[in-house]
Amino acid sequence: MSLLKINHIKKKFGDLEVLKDISLEVNEGKVLAIIGPSGSGKSTLLRCATMLEKADEGEIIYEGYPNVLVANKDTRKEIGKNFGLVFQNFNLFPHRSVLQNVCDAPIKVQKIPAKQAKEEAMELLKKMGLEDKADDYPQQLSGGQCQRVSIARALALHPKILFFDEPTSALDPELIGEILKVIKDLAAEDMTMVIVTHEMNFAKNVADRIIFMDKGVIAVEGTPEDVFNSNNERMHEFLGVLNDDFDAR
Amino acid sequence: MDFGTIIIMLLKGAVVSLEVFAVTMVGALTLGLLVCFLRMSKYGVLSFLAKAYISVMRGTPLMLQLLLVYFGPYYIFGISLSSSYKLIAVFIGFVLNYAAYFAEIYRSGIEGIPIGQYEAAKMLGYSRSQTFLHIIFPQVVKRIIPPVTNETITLVKDTSLAFTIAVHEMFTIAGEIAARERSVVAFIIAGGIYYVFNLLVAWAFSKLEKKLSYYR
Repeated sequence: MSLLKINHIKKKFGDLEVLKDISLEVNEGKVLAIIGPSGSGKSTLLRCATMLEKADEGEIIYEGYPNVLVANKDTRKEIGKNFGLVFQNFNLFPHRSVLQNVCDAPIKVQKIPAKQAKEEAMELLKKMGLEDKADDYPQQLSGGQCQRVSIARALALHPKILFFDEPTSALDPELIGEILKVIKDLAAEDMTMVIVTHEMNFAKNVADRIIFMDKGVIAVEGTPEDVFNSNNERMHEFLGVLNDDFDAR
Repeated sequence: MDFGTIIIMLLKGAVVSLEVFAVTMVGALTLGLLVCFLRMSKYGVLSFLAKAYISVMRGTPLMLQLLLVYFGPYYIFGISLSSSYKLIAVFIGFVLNYAAYFAEIYRSGIEGIPIGQYEAAKMLGYSRSQTFLHIIFPQVVKRIIPPVTNETITLVKDTSLAFTIAVHEMFTIAGEIAARERSVVAFIIAGGIYYVFNLLVAWAFSKLEKKLSYYR
């Protein structure tokens, strides 16, 4: 079943056309990876889908709701409950402990009793391997631990879709693996996810479908095999650059 | 006049100074936040008005503002007010003036909060007021402690400006004693009291700063 349909959205910043007619579908229990060079519009696409930016035209339709672009404020608020977003640089609340970061929104926004919300938050932290960090503050954690907290924070609201905006880009190389593992585990639990990423191998392994974006359009789309074996020139260039980059290291 | 009497008289004045200080802190920190909101409003008119207000309040002497607040009602509107209005005028003048400074301090604090904090709050479903109250403001408080400390120390000393309209606070009394006794002893003692007061202010704020240093 499709949880989100994006139809022909366009987005301009000034004269710059960042998204030119993008359509895609997010299906329940599936993982969609969005890859592509910087400036290809993938983060903007994610920000439009999560209502942090407003697309100029087109349709963004979450299952059972009207088009985001024409919905009123209250409806948009309702729609917002359907998804969570994990940011590249975590955006944890520095003045709140790890536990508070995770359980505060359930308490204040969803009005869940504090005791229950805390228990659920502890469960999530346990799942992320962070139960002993519950009373620490974000500054005391490593980048990888911060990102796991922020994943727990998003999961605490039980989103139907979880978006990731380059979740490993701000991390030291040795910490990337722990985040990828968490995402993999979530995929194994049939969590619906949309992941903007630079980790090609990871995309290949975890995604059910991959979208390769280039210059504001979807250049290639399909299963990982389709995409990595496609003879799209830009895709080859892109993978070539990545490989050169890898060799250069 | 013996030493003890001078100290007692000055301390009586210090109570009035303390009143001016306390009323100004509470009033100006509150009004300042309001002015800050107007200043940051997306409505051009409101933000312009707040900007003009801040500009005038910071750009003219507090002493002049006090005189205007005190004499304005009579000279401009012909309203005669009892002498108890003196202290009220000092309160009004100080709150209006200090609110302008605090508004800019709040603004610097609010603008320093990364946009990601707002975006994260939005993604988690916090309302605008919840976001400000629970996420943004606590972090603003921490950031603005140093400039607020500065302003507060200045305020302690500025309370002496109330002498302009002959409110009997400590500095006014010190002046009277000095004139009568032909001696600067009262000034020196008053200076000592101001200094000790400011030591306390600095100590209290550094305590608060330490308390909030559990995060960066």
